[in-house]
Amino acid sequence: MKEDVKIRIRNLTKVFYQKGESVTALDNVTLDILDGEFVCLVGPSGCGKTTLLRILADLEQPSAGGYEIATEKEDRPLQSMVFQERGVIPWLTVRDNVAFGLEMRKLPKKVVKERTDYYLEKTGLMAFADRFPKELSGGMKQRVGIARAFANDPEILLMDEPFAALDEQNKFILQEELLQIWAETRKTVLFITHSIDEALLLSDRILLMSAQPGRISEEIRVAAPRPRAMEAIRADPDIAEQFVRVLKHLQDEVQRSRG
Amino acid sequence: MASDHNPVAVERAEWKKRQMKERMKQLLTVSSPIFMLLLWEVLSRTAVLDPRFFPPPTAILETFWNLAASGELLTHIGVSLYRIFGGFLLGVIPGVIIGLLMGLYSPIRHFVQPIVMAIMPIPTLALLPIIIILFGIGDLSKVVTIAGSVFFPVVINTAAGVMNIDPIHMDLAKNYGADSKDYFLKIAFPGALPVMLEGIQMGQAIALLTIVAAEMMGSVSGIGFLIWTSYKAFLLQEMYVGLILISFFGYLFSLLLRGLQRKILRWR
Ligand SMILES: Nc1ncnc2c1ncn2[C@@H]1O[C@H](COP(=O)(O)OP(=O)(O)OP(=O)(O)O)[C@@H](O)[C@H]1O
Ligand SMILES: [Mg+2]
Repeated sequence: MKEDVKIRIRNLTKVFYQKGESVTALDNVTLDILDGEFVCLVGPSGCGKTTLLRILADLEQPSAGGYEIATEKEDRPLQSMVFQERGVIPWLTVRDNVAFGLEMRKLPKKVVKERTDYYLEKTGLMAFADRFPKELSGGMKQRVGIARAFANDPEILLMDEPFAALDEQNKFILQEELLQIWAETRKTVLFITHSIDEALLLSDRILLMSAQPGRISEEIRVAAPRPRAMEAIRADPDIAEQFVRVLKHLQDEVQRSRG
Repeated sequence: MASDHNPVAVERAEWKKRQMKERMKQLLTVSSPIFMLLLWEVLSRTAVLDPRFFPPPTAILETFWNLAASGELLTHIGVSLYRIFGGFLLGVIPGVIIGLLMGLYSPIRHFVQPIVMAIMPIPTLALLPIIIILFGIGDLSKVVTIAGSVFFPVVINTAAGVMNIDPIHMDLAKNYGADSKDYFLKIAFPGALPVMLEGIQMGQAIALLTIVAAEMMGSVSGIGFLIWTSYKAFLLQEMYVGLILISFFGYLFSLLLRGLQRKILRWR
């Protein structure tokens, strides 16, 4: 793997201030994510995971500190976000949803069609290209969000619990599909999840966050070889040990924030 | 136990039963106005309902033919429809534009909303005398009156439609680099359409309610004029012809708008 730093976050702090009360969602977060790395962010609810992602997505401004995303190509967008199921725009067809980023960037029609077709095919959505999202199952909708982000060919991908609303079977299928597409492009991914299994299956590295104020308190390297499949991950004794470690961390954090 | 039955046959029988039920419901929908008219006819003929006030539908129909044959009716209908369409468009177009601006730009919303809220409760009809002074007794005063009534539900629903768009769609547009023109065309306008069309539907109903009243005062033609002059002359059969025409057009327009709505909102 290339050892270049792709996302460089320095002393990032975010405070939400409302009616004289302030919440420190992120406290002095410093972090490097390498080019091509798949990183999962795990932590108790309300620890600032979404806030961190939204700052990187330019949907929220940091209160202090900053970040930098290394650019490889000039005409590439810096980042694209995979939103939750609701992020699929109901009045656009599946094709228009997938093409959304490319259309916004006013790329030539031919390029838009080529890239859209490629990811429609990849995600098994081609047969639904001209349908509206209401006709799709939850898993299919989530594929639209993934296809849209990959088609946009950004420097980095951001995903906030994209599979949280799916049932377990669909989740497994989509996780493996995501890994396949990712393996082709080797994009840098920052992925939020509450599922330890999901984090262990997907990540090169898991960042554990502490409850308010949000900090990165620990990191775990997942060394399991790729390509990965759920069965192999489940059977791996090292992974089982790491599962317990993450679980303990989460339990301790919840305890600490209550106490 | 019915375990020896063919399961497909069982379900087919079930399906047939459901179909029957559906057809029954359609029949009920179609027969209810006919039933009303029949009941009216019988009650009026037997003088249970005073036929002076409630002439039987067949008599009204006869009057309708006579009026239609003289060509007088067609003139009234034409004049009223012209005013309804004119007033409807003159209310809907600014309603949609101002509503979109209110929904998209919060300073505009904060400035315009109190004005809209304050003027809305005033019935446009109460201003009719002033409208007549300003715009005369011709078509223009009716058009303006209708436009004034149609404007409010449209502007309010359009603004609400924009405000009700899921914020995740705005985040998405921003994240994927939509400029303001694309944001408007791909997110704000289509996202606001469902609620906006409800407002337009309401506006259409209000346009019909308003035309009758507007034509009762300071007018020499139109369905409202027909109703009012017939009433004053105690020609109740003629009056009912007018009322039924309004009811008919109201029903027709809302069917048309519903159809249009279904077509535009295929994605729902
Ligand atoms: N717009 C906002 N205004 C005020 N407070 C906010 C805002 N957004 C987030 N917060 C607060 O910041 C903290 C972190 O929120 P964030 O959504 O980042 O948590 P999270 O880790 O994503 O939680 P979850 O796992 O439940 O999604 C929370 O205490 C939350 O209440
Ligand atoms: Mg979150």
